[in-house]
Amino acid sequence: MGQKASGWKEIPIAGVCWRPSTEYQTGDWRTFRPIHDSNKCTKCLLCPMVCPDGAIKWNAETENIEFAYAFCKGCGICANECPVDAIQMVREGEEV
Amino acid sequence: MTAPWKFTAREIVEKPDLFTSGHRACAGCGPAIALRQIMKATRGPTIVTNATGCMEVVSTIYPYTAWKVPWIHTAFENVAANASGIEAALKVLKRKGKLEHKNVDVIAFAGDGGTFDIGLQALSGAAERGHDFLYVLYDNEAYMNTGIQRSGGTPHGASTTTSPGGKVIPGKPQFKKPIANIMVAHEIPYVATASISFWQDLIIKTRRGLEVKGPAFLHVFAPCPRGWRYHTSKTIEISRLAVETCVFPLWEAKYGEYSLSPQSKVVALKPERKKPVKEYLEVQRRFGHLFKPGFRNVIDEIQNITDKRWNQLLKKCNIT
Amino acid sequence: MTTIKQNTLALNGDEAVALAVKQSDVDVVAAYPITPQTIIVEKFSEYIADGEVETEFVCTESEHSALSACLTASATGARTFTASASAGLALMHEILYVTSGCRAPIVMAIANRALSAPINIHCDHSDSMAERDSGWIQIYVENSQEAYDSIIQAFRIAEHPDVLLPVMVCLDAFFLSHTLENVKTLPNEAVQEFIGDRQIPLVLGHEGEKVPFKLDPKNPITIGPLALYDYYFEHKRQQEEAMREALRIIRQVHNEFAETSGRKYGNGLIETYHLEDAEIATVCVGSTAGTIKTVVDQLREQGVKAGILRLRTLRPLPFSDIKKALEGVKALAVMDRSNSFGGHGGPVFHEIRHVLYGTHSTPFVVNYIFGLGGRDMPQNAILGIYRDLQAILKTERVVEDVRFAGVRE
Repeated sequence: MGQKASGWKEIPIAGVCWRPSTEYQTGDWRTFRPIHDSNKCTKCLLCPMVCPDGAIKWNAETENIEFAYAFCKGCGICANECPVDAIQMVREGEEV
Repeated sequence: MTAPWKFTAREIVEKPDLFTSGHRACAGCGPAIALRQIMKATRGPTIVTNATGCMEVVSTIYPYTAWKVPWIHTAFENVAANASGIEAALKVLKRKGKLEHKNVDVIAFAGDGGTFDIGLQALSGAAERGHDFLYVLYDNEAYMNTGIQRSGGTPHGASTTTSPGGKVIPGKPQFKKPIANIMVAHEIPYVATASISFWQDLIIKTRRGLEVKGPAFLHVFAPCPRGWRYHTSKTIEISRLAVETCVFPLWEAKYGEYSLSPQSKVVALKPERKKPVKEYLEVQRRFGHLFKPGFRNVIDEIQNITDKRWNQLLKKCNIT
Repeated sequence: MTTIKQNTLALNGDEAVALAVKQSDVDVVAAYPITPQTIIVEKFSEYIADGEVETEFVCTESEHSALSACLTASATGARTFTASASAGLALMHEILYVTSGCRAPIVMAIANRALSAPINIHCDHSDSMAERDSGWIQIYVENSQEAYDSIIQAFRIAEHPDVLLPVMVCLDAFFLSHTLENVKTLPNEAVQEFIGDRQIPLVLGHEGEKVPFKLDPKNPITIGPLALYDYYFEHKRQQEEAMREALRIIRQVHNEFAETSGRKYGNGLIETYHLEDAEIATVCVGSTAGTIKTVVDQLREQGVKAGILRLRTLRPLPFSDIKKALEGVKALAVMDRSNSFGGHGGPVFHEIRHVLYGTHSTPFVVNYIFGLGGRDMPQNAILGIYRDLQAILKTERVVEDVRFAGVRE
């Protein structure tokens, strides 16, 4: 409980949630970081579909895959499933 | 009849998540993948009810919620009754002109504990009453939320904290309950099995389950890296192996008529493609003890039950 | 007072409840049969079969599912009712707490019946007394007329934005549930006007915006999350506050109903009879109060200053009303139609002695556990209790404070 929590008079009744989970960033759980190689990537769109965390986004404007590192927990499913090995898992803090 | 639903990968990927980032499932969580994929298949206004379990806990840690649809959790064993209540309310509110939407879909999510075991009565009752809802079983084959205890969905030989692979007992002595067949026996309009490793198949089946009038049951295979003891990156790979070994074949039954889904049909038509269960078992440490001397016969038992059930399924699908 | 023409019907308690539910324009009824509540769901099923109501009736496979379905139906915005008794209520136990925690304003009729074992279908209060800490408002009625009136009031109380709690209306098995009485009934329009449409208050939605408190795809909310030591306590404190508010709302709704119907039950929380100058008195809940009143009349004729306090609302406990009403009473017998095994007295006794603690002139208080499993409580037995109280006054001594009335030694 880092922040000052609300009292019983302030919070909504019945335990109704009032903050989106996207305010809670799970990216700091990560030990390994997925690194995406746009040159190898065929844009097959498999990785966004197998990501448990919705941390891989398809940017329709740039027509490219983007990682939401704020949420990526570093499971490595994307790297394991990528049919062309365009994703590499690298330990946080280490260079590619 | 409306035309069958068609979609492109791009449409699906571009559809905003209704089960969003920031949920606190473990890294590599299979059920979280299942929920993300399933929520991509919704066709309009949808209300979700969730049984107690991993997905309920990780998605709604107060005051945060990972849901973009109306969502309610009440208890462990009653999610089908919860869905019944929502559906009944929607029906009467619509009849009385108090509902803004023309149609609202109802989805119930429950794990294997909440379905095979403690929630079976409520599920059977709701199916018999014929409520119009989709029940999704995300099956990670044990009570993972409470620390990997065996359930009626745990397969033979798997080591869990209440069926440990010991010196004399090789993990869970019993076989997995054939839950989807039990649901077919309820003569409901739609029952299907699906796997997170074949996402197109999963979301088509989700949509079919939503489209039929009456109860639909979707059994989704969703591995748990923590409970099954494999590396977090292997969740999809193991799901795929379960289909390829026929440990978890993909099929659907529309009004009791069974048919194999493409990924399993391939194996049926080309039996040489059917992989031995050993390949599936050896990548998971929950089966690790079976590879020690003394317990190897259990691997044969698993192969036998897998073959027996596969052959029964082929018969039901009129494939000989 | 009222000018509304009322229709007198011969109804048993269950039928009176079913009629009140019908007139209350209930959206969803989900229930499971159990004696002695069955007549309620049977009668209601007839209304459905004859097209007399628009209600959606879900005939579930258990009481656990009945209440679970009611809970989510209520959360979807539907006015919701169920009924149960005994083992059925016990099976609902888990969901009772979830219902009040989710602030679902469900109304439930309980035909009070003994709990097994041995199995017994007759009246006592062990079923609902076991649930008095479940966060439900509990109203205990004396007769079928009050059952009818209380169901109608219960929807108003439950759905009041300052309350939003589920309400149990408890009626004694067979003595009320299956016994014909003349019941004055209001016209449908009068009931509907009294209750009105269900009011949905606002809460915070997923992004912290104000939205209606119901499962609505247009304004999604999340109900029933995980809240641990950082927030759980605050939610429970809110429930306590709602209960305290309920004391005010129950009285208010009761008084408004009196305006419509001409019928009052004390102040809605407690009802007193010859208590003002009473030296000896009993406290009880439920239909036994009717018999006790007759005995009090007899005693008064003999010049004995006897009275009775009937507790209509056990939850919330009208603490100060009870305290005030019992001022001046010198010897008091608390009547319990259930027991708290090993608890030194029954639940009502615990409540009442708790109220009396620290008062200026605490009366002598004894507890009578009576009528378990439907054992009759005749007038002479009640008379015996008042005689015991007279003896206590005379000797100024209580020999045994927890007693069993009507059990064979």
